[in-house]
Amino acid sequence: MTEIMLKVENLVKHFGGLVATDSLNIEVEQGEIHAVIGPNGAGKTTLIHQLSGMLESDSGTIHFDGQEISHMSSANRCHAGMVRSYQITSIFKDFSVLDNVAMSIQAREGHSFRFWKNANKDAVLAGKAREILVEMGLEERAEVLADNLAHGEQRQLEIAMALATDPKMLLLDEPMAGMGPEESSRVTKYLESMKGKYTMLLIEHDMDAVFALADRITVLVYGQAVACGTPEEIRGNEEVRHAYLGDD
Amino acid sequence: MNYTLLAEQFFNGFQLGIILFLVAAGLTLIFGIMDLVNLAHGTLYMFGAFFASTLVAVTDSLVLGMILALPVMLAAGLLLEFSILRTLYERNHLDQVLATFGLILFFNELFLIVWGPEGTGINLPPYLTGTITLPGGITVPEYRMVIIASGLLVALLLYVLVSKTRVGMLIRAGASNREMVGALGINIKLLFTLVFGLGAVLAGFAGMIITPITQADSGMGESILILAFVVIVIGGIGSIKGAFIAAILTGLIDTMGRSFIDVALLQIMDTVAAETAGPAISSMMIYILMAIILAIKPSGLFPPKGA
Amino acid sequence: MNLEILKTPRGIYNSLLILLCIFMPWIAPAIGQDFFTDVFGRIMIVAIAAISLNLIMGFGGMISFGHAVFVGIGGYAVGIFASHGIESAYIQWPVGLLMSGLFALIIGAISLRTRGVYFIMITLAFAQMIYFLSVSIEKYGSDDGLTIDARSDFGIPFYDLNDALTMYFTVFVLMVACLLITRKMVNSRFGRVIRAAKSNDERMHTIGYPTYGYKLTAFVIAGMMCGLSGLLSANFEDFVSPDMMFWTFSGELIFIVVLGGMGTIMGPLGGAIIFLLLSEVLSNITNSWHLIFGPFLILVVLFARGGVEGFLAKFEKSPEAKS
Repeated sequence: MTEIMLKVENLVKHFGGLVATDSLNIEVEQGEIHAVIGPNGAGKTTLIHQLSGMLESDSGTIHFDGQEISHMSSANRCHAGMVRSYQITSIFKDFSVLDNVAMSIQAREGHSFRFWKNANKDAVLAGKAREILVEMGLEERAEVLADNLAHGEQRQLEIAMALATDPKMLLLDEPMAGMGPEESSRVTKYLESMKGKYTMLLIEHDMDAVFALADRITVLVYGQAVACGTPEEIRGNEEVRHAYLGDD
Repeated sequence: MNYTLLAEQFFNGFQLGIILFLVAAGLTLIFGIMDLVNLAHGTLYMFGAFFASTLVAVTDSLVLGMILALPVMLAAGLLLEFSILRTLYERNHLDQVLATFGLILFFNELFLIVWGPEGTGINLPPYLTGTITLPGGITVPEYRMVIIASGLLVALLLYVLVSKTRVGMLIRAGASNREMVGALGINIKLLFTLVFGLGAVLAGFAGMIITPITQADSGMGESILILAFVVIVIGGIGSIKGAFIAAILTGLIDTMGRSFIDVALLQIMDTVAAETAGPAISSMMIYILMAIILAIKPSGLFPPKGA
Repeated sequence: MNLEILKTPRGIYNSLLILLCIFMPWIAPAIGQDFFTDVFGRIMIVAIAAISLNLIMGFGGMISFGHAVFVGIGGYAVGIFASHGIESAYIQWPVGLLMSGLFALIIGAISLRTRGVYFIMITLAFAQMIYFLSVSIEKYGSDDGLTIDARSDFGIPFYDLNDALTMYFTVFVLMVACLLITRKMVNSRFGRVIRAAKSNDERMHTIGYPTYGYKLTAFVIAGMMCGLSGLLSANFEDFVSPDMMFWTFSGELIFIVVLGGMGTIMGPLGGAIIFLLLSEVLSNITNSWHLIFGPFLILVVLFARGGVEGFLAKFEKSPEAKS
């Protein structure tokens, strides 16, 4: 019996007259990679916003790791162990790659009301940040300004920053968006190697990656979950094929 | 409490509110649509006062002088937009603040040189110097009623423009979602220029109609500018309706506060204390109002949808 | 202290700024312009205010258009106590710093709930509120201000602010202290949070920082540092008035920071020296110096982004421009 890591119940979000999330229920088990797929405008990114606390939900509850987090701030959700990445790269462009990751490390090391000691020479921050960069294959770019990275590298840094917060669960918003095939397959392999270590909610348009990685898939259409199951079940689901996968 | 005085102060406050609205309406649209922090908006108010003073003196007619001053205001506004402000649209707020601060310093000094520290003014023609007696023995100067009436008329015209015309539709769309208007294939540069010109005329109009009461002097723009900031922060940036309500509210509270706080304080403290605290509190009232509203609604009373 | 910095244009320039401040009391008489010592005393006091603004604006991205208000609060702490015959620095200074910090806490707590344009306008509005408050209180001179009969008394033998050199070097030492504090702070963990929040506030929240508290703390520290500038100004000029917190002075402070090089440690000092010398020179030529200064300001904004430090950094080989 595996434990439920994330439980979303009756989650609703309206934008004016538009329903972005419509009484949505999702359960993500500990250690699984749970993909959420759906056509554009299905409400996938809105869901990530709601889960990460960027958007207040109209109604419904979110339970994470045994506690209700529906009204928690983004920062506290991060401290509780749930961290998101961004579809549109969101990094500290005028910081070095190493410092970008070090910011995430620093966040989990208690408060930052430390005004005197030079953080640039802080071996703890730099050391742990470097480990993450090695894992992501960015170690040679550590001293480069994040703004000067190639697009694919920025995407990797994006994920590295999320990982560096030492989360229990990752909310990955199209991690492979804009990556070349080589980088994309590297990230896919990396995420696969992380399987079991982190619980992951994955939004991705790259279906090869989704079907290779996901333990279960939820199909989202107009803010509603129309199907949920293993990749095989989803592949075999006529309704999903019709609504979403097309003539594949 | 003297109710005639109360009513008279009400009209004074309402008139200040009208002037504030005329300045704030353009300012809030320029902020909302172009995301431009234009400190020099008060300078346009000053332009209106000086241009109209000069034209009224030349034509020897209040009405003709002011009517002629309107196209001059439009031209001045467009010239300013075209020469300097246009390059600031894609700059950050800090650059905008500094550059328009530079404009203020320049024009204040220029006007000081041209018109001297005394400034200039407009003398009211005899037919506007009388007072109107309202039911209940309340007397209001005729010209004050003219300001209120013409301000309300302009507010009405603005309302029709913004809510009933195609340009108005674009303006509203731009205030709530800037990118969308660009995406619709609208000539955004032209829209910006139009909005700026409109704002310039409104601010200039406010400056000219107030001049017969207050005189035109260099630096007059900044005291009104800061009040207009308070107004649009309270009203919600980009909202004409918010600007109107907040302007009237600010005008009334500021004016009534200055007249009646001392009286009210005398009920609870002695004369000396009240005479010290009265001016202090009344000078702070609108800012306290702003603080309270922001504490409750950080985006003002009427934040445009989607902002 | 290593001498490597002297090999870069910025290093040489920054060292020159400090040397000018140290030796001005001897340089000025030597060139027959005694009043330059006073000018430099004033420059360093303004520099402290600019350093504090740079802390929140240059490093933290908070554009405060009401920063001069804290100069006024610090100044009036000296003026009001002095007018009641309380001259002890041990009362005046702590109260001045605490009041600046308290006002910064209140203004910051409200303004930081908003962002962007709102922040600029609200800080300006609150500063004007305090300005009008000081104008309205007749007991403390209204808009005529308060003349201060006696400078702050530290009660230390041979240390007397009435002595011109003592006053000058008190200002100098405190300015250097502010520079060092800023340098230490922006490189600390706290400073990194502030700088990262300027760079990308939303991401800071999602990696676990509630940035509001950090920004507010920075705002309060800057408010107190600026209050110090006011304490010094009141003593230096023997006078305080509402003018010292008028909004144009806040605008000038922003310009000084931008002119010197925003987000650099020494930028505010360079900016203060250039700005105040320029205004000194221009106002000697013509009373209408704003006529030249206004367009100059616009040109700097349009064409000289990065200020003096940014310009000099272009001559450096190392890409790590920020110290």
